[in-house]
Amino acid sequence: MEAMGVLMTYPMSSYLEQQLQNRFTLFRLWNLPNKTHFFNHNAHNIQAVVGSTHIGADPELIDSLPALEIVSSFSVGLDKVDLAYCKEKGIRVTNTPDVLTDDVADTAIGLILATLRRICEDDRFVRSGLWKKDEFKLSVKFSGKKVGILGLGRIGTAIAKRAESFNCSISYHSRSEKPESKYKYYPSVIKLASNCDILVVACALTEQTRHIINREVIDALGPKGVLVNIGRGAHVDERELVSALVEGRLAGAGLDVFEHEPQVPEELFGLDNVVVLPHVASSTVETEMAMADLVVGNLEAHFLKKPLLTPVV
Amino acid sequence: MDPQDHQQPELRQVLVLQPPFVFNIHEHLFADRFHVLKAYDSPLPTRDFLQANAQSVKVVLCSGIRDLPALKLVVTDATGVNHIDMAECVRRGIKVTNVGDVYSDDVADAAVGLLIDVMRRITSGERFVRDGCWTTSREYPLGAKLGGKRVGIVGLGNIGSRVATRLEAMGCIVSYTSRRKKQSTPFTFYPNILQLAFDSDALVLCCALTNNTRHMIDNKVMKALGKKGIIVNVARGALVDEVELVKCLLEGELGGVGLDVFENEPNAPRELFELDNVVFLPHAAAFTNESFYDVAQVMIANLEVFFGNKPLLTLVNNKF
Repeated sequence: MEAMGVLMTYPMSSYLEQQLQNRFTLFRLWNLPNKTHFFNHNAHNIQAVVGSTHIGADPELIDSLPALEIVSSFSVGLDKVDLAYCKEKGIRVTNTPDVLTDDVADTAIGLILATLRRICEDDRFVRSGLWKKDEFKLSVKFSGKKVGILGLGRIGTAIAKRAESFNCSISYHSRSEKPESKYKYYPSVIKLASNCDILVVACALTEQTRHIINREVIDALGPKGVLVNIGRGAHVDERELVSALVEGRLAGAGLDVFEHEPQVPEELFGLDNVVVLPHVASSTVETEMAMADLVVGNLEAHFLKKPLLTPVV
Repeated sequence: MDPQDHQQPELRQVLVLQPPFVFNIHEHLFADRFHVLKAYDSPLPTRDFLQANAQSVKVVLCSGIRDLPALKLVVTDATGVNHIDMAECVRRGIKVTNVGDVYSDDVADAAVGLLIDVMRRITSGERFVRDGCWTTSREYPLGAKLGGKRVGIVGLGNIGSRVATRLEAMGCIVSYTSRRKKQSTPFTFYPNILQLAFDSDALVLCCALTNNTRHMIDNKVMKALGKKGIIVNVARGALVDEVELVKCLLEGELGGVGLDVFENEPNAPRELFELDNVVFLPHAAAFTNESFYDVAQVMIANLEVFFGNKPLLTLVNNKF
């Protein structure tokens, strides 16, 4: 299988890079002195692309790889892969569902607690040496609050299960109601936002969900509401979110993702009621390995003409 | 509750030597219903104030039972009663109420928040972004998954049991140590802390501070927990040998810690301020807007039943 050429779009994981290197002829799409020369020289030898949330497979890349057979994404989200174009061209697409569900759900809970209970802010406070005797800091309780989940897929369901252990009441909005679910369904995002204390974005990014969290939804969530985003930056109208936070029209936000990563709006750095993370919801040693193994497993299955492990297209 | 429904406030004297934290926000709730004698507001030294004003006082808030010959009840704003001379209360027939479990949810939530934070590097990840490092280097160290980790809870009371439920929902394997095995829990009991530490990836401290538990987390326990081991303390600083803890962290003998309490508050060990695997809270685990309100309500409810000659709600059993 060493003859198979795999193009990695980005240094997303050194473990993955090593695994790919061991099994295939690995090409790297970064640090290229001359991209055109690279493609002229190697394109016909590349059968697979391994993409990430940062750089996936858009029509331009697909067109520049005439021998491309499969795109194996190191992610569950496929917003950076042109699925329709892949289907049209007969290119297979796989992702990494399930193995990262727990970590992402844990991150959502961690962000809720860090934001409501002011953990990061308090940590800064203690390290500044400003803590004085008989001084106390009040934060906002999480247990028992109303949690609204946007997208009740694998990740949304895992978040709901965790929030339930905190005696939270769970409601959700989804493309369609899930009759087997015990949670309360709201037919619109605005209704969901109006009826919860903490709104968690856990749906896929599609044309329909781009900026689904807009001014109206933020207003509905309200000045005591908290937004947590472990989906994609583009789910949220970031400009509107920033002004809502700066103007106090939203109580706080816990964000793992941003519209133009790694850029984070400067204004957020001046706020203590915002927790910002560098897109790490699935970044654990265990899950990185499981995701990488799944990417490699899908590629091997494809090249051995066996059924793909986690195909999307 | 309409104050007019009750006896006139003037007859319902409640003495306060030092204002409880909840007075910062909810003092009016007390003042509306009771005649609050504020010793701390008086220019007189406390003893003189009590001599002049408090000879017939039957109830005091929080603590301070000396020089009160008519005292019948102490209403504290805490869960623990270490700060009260319980033996003396028994001798004098003085009852003591605490706040029951109104703080338990919040403390448990904070404990879980700290554990997630340390394992998944939330506060340190935040620092990475706020310091502008994300734009220059997209490499951020990986965290550790919570699912499948063995967590040992020290003290399975109101707080510990809530921590257990929450961590179980995240896929942790929960065990505990306690003075006695609890009959109706599914979690594995360990009769001693050292054995629990050997078999755990993380310890969460949720027990009371007593003579038996002081410095129970010592060098041996830390070494047993191991180089990747994590400790979360939302109980009392003195449960941990803090000098040893600092040493272990600086020498890389522990994976990380989340600490809400310290041996010498408000002084947290400065040697740890440069470390990325430590998360600090300023003894804030119990303090939310909601718990403050609930504490005021419980205290007032106990005062109401006392003045109404009804059974106290959160009486602390006087086994002293």
